[in-house]
Amino acid sequence: MATPENKIAAAGQQAQEGFVYLPLIAGWLVPGAGHFLLRKWGRGALLSVSILGMFVLGLAMQGKVYSNAHDILDILGLAGDLGSGLLYFGSRILGLGVDQVQLTTADYGTRFIVVAGLLNVIAAVDAHNLRTGRKA
Amino acid sequence: MTHFAAVVLFALFASIVFGITQRETPQRMIRYGAYCFVLFVGSAIVLSWLMFLIAR
Repeated sequence: MATPENKIAAAGQQAQEGFVYLPLIAGWLVPGAGHFLLRKWGRGALLSVSILGMFVLGLAMQGKVYSNAHDILDILGLAGDLGSGLLYFGSRILGLGVDQVQLTTADYGTRFIVVAGLLNVIAAVDAHNLRTGRKA
Repeated sequence: MTHFAAVVLFALFASIVFGITQRETPQRMIRYGAYCFVLFVGSAIVLSWLMFLIAR
Protein backbone atom coordinates (compact mmCIF):
# COMPACT_ATOMS: atom_id res chain seq x y z
CA MET A 1 0.00 0.00 0.00
CA ALA A 2 1.27 3.50 -0.86
CA THR A 3 1.51 5.08 2.59
CA PRO A 4 3.28 8.45 3.00
CA GLU A 5 6.26 6.60 4.53
CA ASN A 6 6.52 4.33 1.48
CA LYS A 7 6.30 7.31 -0.85
CA ILE A 8 9.11 9.09 1.01
CA ALA A 9 11.23 5.90 0.95
CA ALA A 10 10.64 5.49 -2.81
CA ALA A 11 11.50 9.14 -3.40
CA GLY A 12 14.63 8.66 -1.32
CA GLN A 13 15.72 5.72 -3.48
CA GLN A 14 15.17 7.77 -6.66
CA ALA A 15 17.14 10.61 -5.08
CA GLN A 16 20.32 8.57 -5.06
CA GLU A 17 20.67 8.97 -8.85
CA GLY A 18 22.15 12.02 -10.57
CA PHE A 19 23.32 15.40 -9.31
CA VAL A 20 21.15 16.14 -6.27
CA TYR A 21 21.91 19.87 -6.20
CA LEU A 22 20.65 20.52 -9.75
CA PRO A 23 17.06 21.45 -8.67
CA LEU A 24 18.48 23.72 -5.95
CA ILE A 25 20.74 25.59 -8.37
CA ALA A 26 18.15 25.70 -11.18
CA GLY A 27 15.49 26.86 -8.72
CA TRP A 28 17.75 29.64 -7.49
CA LEU A 29 18.69 30.81 -11.00
CA VAL A 30 15.16 30.66 -12.45
CA PRO A 31 12.13 30.79 -10.12
CA GLY A 32 10.18 27.51 -10.29
CA ALA A 33 12.77 25.74 -12.46
CA GLY A 34 13.74 23.35 -9.64
CA HIS A 35 10.17 22.10 -9.41
CA PHE A 36 9.85 21.90 -13.20
CA LEU A 37 12.94 19.64 -13.28
CA LEU A 38 11.18 17.35 -10.80
CA ARG A 39 8.01 17.37 -12.96
CA LYS A 40 6.03 19.26 -10.33
CA TRP A 41 4.45 21.42 -13.01
CA GLY A 42 1.63 22.95 -10.96
CA ARG A 43 3.78 23.86 -7.98
CA GLY A 44 6.53 25.19 -10.26
CA ALA A 45 4.11 27.36 -12.22
CA LEU A 46 2.57 28.84 -9.07
CA LEU A 47 5.98 29.53 -7.53
CA SER A 48 7.26 31.02 -10.78
CA VAL A 49 4.25 33.33 -11.21
CA SER A 50 4.35 34.42 -7.55
CA ILE A 51 8.07 35.20 -7.42
CA LEU A 52 8.20 36.76 -10.88
CA GLY A 53 5.06 38.77 -10.12
CA MET A 54 6.52 40.09 -6.90
CA PHE A 55 9.84 40.99 -8.55
CA VAL A 56 8.18 42.73 -11.53
CA LEU A 57 5.77 44.63 -9.26
CA GLY A 58 8.76 45.78 -7.23
CA LEU A 59 10.43 47.11 -10.37
CA ALA A 60 7.16 48.69 -11.54
CA MET A 61 6.91 50.53 -8.21
CA GLN A 62 10.39 51.93 -8.95
CA GLY A 63 11.98 49.89 -6.20
CA LYS A 64 15.70 49.91 -5.58
CA VAL A 65 17.90 47.05 -6.80
CA TYR A 66 20.89 46.87 -4.48
CA SER A 67 24.22 47.02 -6.27
CA ASN A 68 26.66 47.71 -3.43
CA ALA A 69 26.65 47.64 0.35
CA HIS A 70 27.56 50.64 2.50
CA ASP A 71 26.07 49.46 5.80
CA ILE A 72 24.55 46.37 7.40
CA LEU A 73 21.05 47.06 6.03
CA ASP A 74 22.45 47.38 2.51
CA ILE A 75 24.25 44.04 2.95
CA LEU A 76 21.00 42.38 4.02
CA GLY A 77 19.14 43.96 1.09
CA LEU A 78 21.83 42.82 -1.34
CA ALA A 79 21.69 39.28 0.08
CA GLY A 80 17.91 39.25 -0.39
CA ASP A 81 18.17 40.57 -3.94
CA LEU A 82 20.78 37.95 -4.85
CA GLY A 83 18.22 35.27 -3.96
CA SER A 84 16.38 36.10 -7.19
CA GLY A 85 19.21 34.57 -9.24
CA LEU A 86 19.13 35.49 -12.92
CA LEU A 87 16.32 38.00 -12.33
CA TYR A 88 18.73 40.05 -10.22
CA PHE A 89 21.64 39.79 -12.64
CA GLY A 90 19.32 40.52 -15.60
CA SER A 91 17.90 43.60 -13.92
CA ARG A 92 21.42 44.82 -13.11
CA ILE A 93 22.58 44.30 -16.71
CA LEU A 94 19.48 46.02 -18.12
CA GLY A 95 19.77 48.86 -15.60
CA LEU A 96 16.28 48.24 -14.17
CA GLY A 97 15.33 49.54 -10.75
CA VAL A 98 16.46 52.81 -9.24
CA ASP A 99 19.54 53.68 -7.20
CA GLN A 100 17.82 56.17 -4.89
CA VAL A 101 14.28 55.72 -3.57
CA GLN A 102 12.28 58.90 -4.22
CA LEU A 103 8.64 57.84 -3.85
CA THR A 104 6.72 56.25 -0.97
CA THR A 105 5.68 53.34 -3.16
CA ALA A 106 9.29 52.89 -4.26
CA ASP A 107 10.13 51.87 -0.71
CA TYR A 108 7.45 49.18 -0.98
CA GLY A 109 8.91 48.20 -4.35
CA THR A 110 12.34 47.74 -2.76
CA ARG A 111 10.80 45.37 -0.18
CA PHE A 112 8.93 43.48 -2.91
CA ILE A 113 12.21 42.87 -4.75
CA VAL A 114 14.05 41.73 -1.61
CA VAL A 115 11.20 39.45 -0.50
CA ALA A 116 10.93 37.96 -4.01
CA GLY A 117 14.57 36.89 -3.63
CA LEU A 118 13.99 35.43 -0.17
CA LEU A 119 10.90 33.52 -1.35
CA ASN A 120 12.92 32.19 -4.29
CA VAL A 121 15.51 30.79 -1.87
CA ILE A 122 12.72 29.05 0.10
CA ALA A 123 11.34 27.61 -3.16
CA ALA A 124 14.79 26.40 -4.29
CA VAL A 125 15.39 24.69 -0.93
CA ASP A 126 11.95 23.07 -1.23
CA ALA A 127 12.95 21.71 -4.66
CA HIS A 128 16.14 20.33 -3.09
CA ASN A 129 14.12 18.64 -0.34
CA LEU A 130 11.86 17.06 -2.95
CA ARG A 131 14.92 15.85 -4.86
CA THR A 132 16.56 14.27 -1.83
CA GLY A 133 13.31 12.65 -0.71
CA ARG A 134 13.11 14.64 2.52
CA LYS A 135 9.71 15.89 1.33
CA ALA A 136 7.13 13.92 -0.68
CA MET B 1 -1.36 51.28 -6.77
CA THR B 2 -2.91 51.91 -3.36
CA HIS B 3 -1.21 50.82 -0.15
CA PHE B 4 -3.94 48.25 0.49
CA ALA B 5 -3.57 46.77 -3.00
CA ALA B 6 0.17 46.44 -2.38
CA VAL B 7 -0.52 44.66 0.94
CA VAL B 8 -3.02 42.26 -0.68
CA LEU B 9 -0.65 41.40 -3.56
CA PHE B 10 2.26 40.92 -1.17
CA ALA B 11 0.13 38.66 1.04
CA LEU B 12 -1.14 36.68 -1.96
CA PHE B 13 2.29 35.95 -3.44
CA ALA B 14 3.97 35.21 -0.11
CA SER B 15 1.08 32.95 0.98
CA ILE B 16 1.26 30.92 -2.24
CA VAL B 17 4.98 30.27 -1.71
CA PHE B 18 4.53 29.51 2.00
CA GLY B 19 1.65 27.12 1.30
CA ILE B 20 3.54 25.16 -1.37
CA THR B 21 6.84 24.97 0.49
CA GLN B 22 5.70 24.41 4.07
CA ARG B 23 3.11 21.65 3.58
CA GLU B 24 3.14 18.33 1.71
CA THR B 25 -0.34 17.56 0.38
CA PRO B 26 -2.28 19.89 -1.96
CA GLN B 27 -5.22 20.15 0.45
CA ARG B 28 -2.96 21.19 3.35
CA MET B 29 -1.06 23.57 1.05
CA ILE B 30 -4.29 25.38 0.19
CA ARG B 31 -5.40 25.53 3.81
CA TYR B 32 -2.04 26.81 5.03
CA GLY B 33 -1.79 29.33 2.18
CA ALA B 34 -5.27 30.67 2.99
CA TYR B 35 -4.35 30.82 6.69
CA CYS B 36 -1.19 32.84 5.93
CA PHE B 37 -3.13 35.16 3.60
CA VAL B 38 -5.78 35.89 6.23
CA LEU B 39 -3.08 36.51 8.86
CA PHE B 40 -1.13 38.86 6.56
CA VAL B 41 -4.13 40.94 5.51
CA GLY B 42 -5.88 40.74 8.89
CA SER B 43 -2.82 41.90 10.83
CA ALA B 44 -2.27 44.74 8.33
CA ILE B 45 -5.88 45.93 8.84
CA VAL B 46 -5.69 45.65 12.65
CA LEU B 47 -2.33 47.47 12.82
CA SER B 48 -3.61 50.17 10.44
CA TRP B 49 -6.62 50.84 12.68
CA LEU B 50 -4.38 50.89 15.76
CA MET B 51 -2.06 53.45 14.17
CA PHE B 52 -5.07 55.51 13.03
CA LEU B 53 -6.52 55.54 16.56
CA ILE B 54 -3.16 56.34 18.17
CA ALA B 55 -2.58 59.22 15.76
CA ARG B 56 -5.97 60.83 16.60
